[in-house]
Amino acid sequence: MIPAAFEYYRPKDLAGVLSILEEHGDDARVMAGGHSLIPMMKLRMAEVPHLIDLQDVDGLHGIDISNGQIRLGAMVTQAEIIDHEGLAAVAPILREAALQIADPQVRYMGTIGGNVANGDPGNDMPGLMQCVNATFHLIGPEGERSVPARAFYEAAYMTAREDEEVLTAVTLPVPDGGYAYEKQKRKIGDYATAAAAVQIVKEDGVCKAASIAMTNLSDTPVFSEDACAALLGTALDDAAVKAAVTAMLGDIDPSEDNRGPVAFKKHVAGVILRRAIERAWSRA
Amino acid sequence: MKDDVTRDERVANLKGMGCSRKRVEDARFTQGKGNYVDDIKLDGMLFGDFVRSPYAHARIKNIDASAAMEVPGVLAVLTAADLEPLGLHWMPTLAGDKQMVLADGKVLFQGQEVAFVVAEDRYAAADGIEAVVVEYEELPVIVDPFEALKTDVVLREDTVQDGKPVDGAHGPRKHHNHIFTWEAGDKDPTEEVIANADVVAEETMYYHRTHPCPLETCGCVASMDKVNGKLTLWGTFQAPHAIRTVVSLISGIEEHNIRVISPDIGGGFGNKVGAYPGYVCSVVASIVTAKPVKWIEDRMDNLMTTAFARDYWMKGRISATKEGKITGLHCHVTADHGGFDACADPTKFPAGFMNICTGSYDIPTAFLEVDGVYTNKAPGGVSYRCSFRVTEAVYFIERMIEVLAIELNMDAAELRRINFIKKEQFPYTAALGWEYDSGDYHTAWDKALKTVDYEGLRAEQARRVEDFKAGKTRKLMGIGLSFFTEIVGAGPVKNCDILGLGMFDSCEIRIHPTGSAIARLGTISQGQGHATTFAQILASEIGLPADSITIEEGDTDTAPYGLGTYGSRSTPVAGAATAMAGRKIRAKAQMIAAYLLEVHDDDVEFDVDRFVVKGAPEKFKTMKDIAFAAYNQAIPGIEPGLEAVSYYDPPNMTYPFGAYVCVMDIDVDTGVPDIRRFYALDDCGTRINPMIIEGQVHGGLTEALAVALGQEIAYDDMGNVKTGTLMDFFLPTAWEVPNYETDYTVTPSPHHPIGAKGVGESPHVGGVPCFSNAVQDAFRAFGNRHTNMPHDHWRIWRTANALGLHD
Ligand SMILES: Cc1cc2nc3c(=O)[nH]c(=O)nc-3n(C[C@H](O)[C@H](O)[C@H](O)COP(=O)(O)OP(=O)(O)OC[C@H]3O[C@@H](n4cnc5c(N)ncnc54)[C@H](O)[C@@H]3O)c2cc1C
Repeated sequence: MIPAAFEYYRPKDLAGVLSILEEHGDDARVMAGGHSLIPMMKLRMAEVPHLIDLQDVDGLHGIDISNGQIRLGAMVTQAEIIDHEGLAAVAPILREAALQIADPQVRYMGTIGGNVANGDPGNDMPGLMQCVNATFHLIGPEGERSVPARAFYEAAYMTAREDEEVLTAVTLPVPDGGYAYEKQKRKIGDYATAAAAVQIVKEDGVCKAASIAMTNLSDTPVFSEDACAALLGTALDDAAVKAAVTAMLGDIDPSEDNRGPVAFKKHVAGVILRRAIERAWSRA
Repeated sequence: MKDDVTRDERVANLKGMGCSRKRVEDARFTQGKGNYVDDIKLDGMLFGDFVRSPYAHARIKNIDASAAMEVPGVLAVLTAADLEPLGLHWMPTLAGDKQMVLADGKVLFQGQEVAFVVAEDRYAAADGIEAVVVEYEELPVIVDPFEALKTDVVLREDTVQDGKPVDGAHGPRKHHNHIFTWEAGDKDPTEEVIANADVVAEETMYYHRTHPCPLETCGCVASMDKVNGKLTLWGTFQAPHAIRTVVSLISGIEEHNIRVISPDIGGGFGNKVGAYPGYVCSVVASIVTAKPVKWIEDRMDNLMTTAFARDYWMKGRISATKEGKITGLHCHVTADHGGFDACADPTKFPAGFMNICTGSYDIPTAFLEVDGVYTNKAPGGVSYRCSFRVTEAVYFIERMIEVLAIELNMDAAELRRINFIKKEQFPYTAALGWEYDSGDYHTAWDKALKTVDYEGLRAEQARRVEDFKAGKTRKLMGIGLSFFTEIVGAGPVKNCDILGLGMFDSCEIRIHPTGSAIARLGTISQGQGHATTFAQILASEIGLPADSITIEEGDTDTAPYGLGTYGSRSTPVAGAATAMAGRKIRAKAQMIAAYLLEVHDDDVEFDVDRFVVKGAPEKFKTMKDIAFAAYNQAIPGIEPGLEAVSYYDPPNMTYPFGAYVCVMDIDVDTGVPDIRRFYALDDCGTRINPMIIEGQVHGGLTEALAVALGQEIAYDDMGNVKTGTLMDFFLPTAWEVPNYETDYTVTPSPHHPIGAKGVGESPHVGGVPCFSNAVQDAFRAFGNRHTNMPHDHWRIWRTANALGLHD
């Protein structure tokens, strides 16, 4: 459980980060909270000869809410998300989800940037960000660009981010309607057996908008457009919810692991989504 | 003399037996001031660590350490070839088998020690390990013990001659992968009873392999002083004296030149009883380099390679009359011991005390047969009460009772009640040989059932089943029952030894002139609070305050010889030695008091903290006065000083028991269990420190919860450990643990000097079947008989699914 030797850098600005990334290419990697990266390094599954700590980098911190937009600096920790009253007031789903990640110790270190950039299908924030239709902001040698969360994930640990790019912030529109983040896990500190992020807008007893994303049920998060469509315009009667669940099941592709076999995961995914929909609806 | 303190106050001042005295250890533990083996830092200390096998079964073609020797800070790489000239490439196990210290031509389990890299620090050692190139040739992997007994694949070539298995430590072997057969009871009469019974219930159950995962992993520091020829070995040893003897026997270093020290230990649970290759390699490395060498496992090393628990396939048949009176029990076990038989059993008991499997019931006829088998898994089988196999035995009988209740269509609590051994039957000789010293099962059972309102719970459960069937709820309710009888305090030297070392224990007391004391014992605390409780036993026995008594254990140069702490034996054996040594102190104190009070020895009597002249309580000498006089006054016919030592060989084991009830709600759709209530009544005889007992019960129940509901060491078909980190290996936190209600009855052991019985393992032993029975009971109304643990979400879901509850 001891990583291979590495050089440690702690630049003060993004220019410093980018120049080290450029110089060392594949051999360099940024570190945010380190709670995904360091375990991999200790297991010697990730070798990082040049480790760039983002802790002191200007401009990556802070939570801003204005004009119906939320901006989360990449280095905002899960604990900060939980503690931010203003954020909880406008986007309570973020707190509900963050509270179900790991344990307090991990949440004090783990960041939103690291969580969404990591590309591990077990991470909760990617699916959550797809549900709330967030945008990821990247900076690289070619300048800045933005990628929607729903277009960011390609495969396990493979994202639209280039190796020499840094994620600086996540922005999202203030979510509308009722919400729920429902997660089944084996114990505290565990990744999801299945998790569902749901936002629903209700008008006159009818579903006006719905957003559904699933976690740890494929090699990427799954934003299920068909499941959303199944709810639209309905009063969320049993048939509509069933249709949404069926649609979602068509989109996921779980694999067997210590949490259980595929049939179990699919069943639980359905149960979890149904509960999330019902809770979001009750809050809408 | 005047004395304005009341007798009650004097009793209270002692903080003796029965007092919930706060643990004296906790001041240092809660402030991070403990001194664990990894806290030991010596000048010039080196660090050793292992190259481990990625394969579960492979031949080693070549080991090339040349690149590792180039790594800065790496000083040496030891392989079996280096140890062979010293005869140390293999070592004896505590079960009469032998085990490779470093892979000798092949590896038998994933994580097996292949080479030992010695470096200036642990970082250099880690880099050195990466640089060692080992060439393996993979061999067929056998992880199933039943397959092991059929296959041509030979796991242990060293146990085969001319194609035939040579006899093992426990007699003839049936197959080249077979280790032993062990029998207890009467075979033919049992078959006959079962053949002619009204009702027979049959079940096969797998008690999965798990691991105790102590927070502190195993490790040691070996320091050979070449000038005085003395070897000092600090380590996480649950049995430091036995380790000293074993080190002496295998190294040839005389025992007086070996000093073994167990410092603070962060949990043991049997994981730290045996001898590990790390100890041998550290000693050799220290001898070779003339420097101290430290070896500390990381979490994965610990989970994947050190003493596991269980891995028992148990096939049972239980017979009864129509009315439910049990007439016979048959049990066959296939025991998976892994690549080497490294259990820590008393020599005569290769399956431990599995023959306690008739449990708390008056079963007239029984038979037990155990077959031990080699597989490509880690050796061990020591942990969580495992070498003694009491947990397995209790799980077996408590499941068989439930299955029989189903067969009889009877309430499982009532079935237990009508079969309990009755109070007046004690001492009771069980069909499989043990003599239970004492018990009052009916009283405990009635108290437990009444406290939880058992009938009310059953009524609620019946309503829940109706609601479920009517589609009003998706949650089922399970009521888990368990009544266990433990067998602890190994043990009488006449039938208990480990590697020939008798299982007595010891205490040595030295009273200081001003009336304080130090007592040293042959045991070693790993968190049980010995420094607190043993001082309380002494306080009551010798009348000095517990706060004035230091308890010391774990240094073989100073402590008297003893077999250590495991199997809940400290209080039954060393606790008895403590009381007996205290009584020797008191006997001498009585003579001194009589002299000081100028009366005959028989005319004084002990009273709390003093000797008083009979009939004249105002005339007395306190133990403090007596201690001072013992050292400073010339007393005719009495040697100066006040010391005593006692070696206690127990006449019998002690038999704690308990009644547990668990109430659980189960989400049928997700398989998630929710423990609503857990009630634990323990009878461990005389209660020395009720608070410590409660702590032990909470801890043991939490382990039991873990084992029943998810904790396992699982292997895939290739022998890869699937649960080698704490992400997948379930270690419950405060979050997963329910509120425990503890309760007690007191049935003192008739043969123990203070009537105490031991409690450390009871909650684990009784807890596992209780949690498991709760899960299984939830599905009884839908046709469930038995499902194997661990009952994690997906397996509970599978049970519901198989019963058609998702349709
Ligand atoms: C015991 C435990 C349990 C956990 N349980 C959960 C859980 O239930 N759910 C969950 O979602 N997570 C869980 N985690 C992960 C935790 O939330 C991590 O902290 C998070 O996944 C990564 O955030 P980090 O800041 O620690 O990132 P790091 O570990 O520092 O980085 C992760 C990866 O992202 C890259 N990276 C980080 N920041 C940036 C950036 N700004 N730009 C570009 N690349 C970047 C790094 O190079 C690295 O590849 C758990 C972790 C532990 C240790």
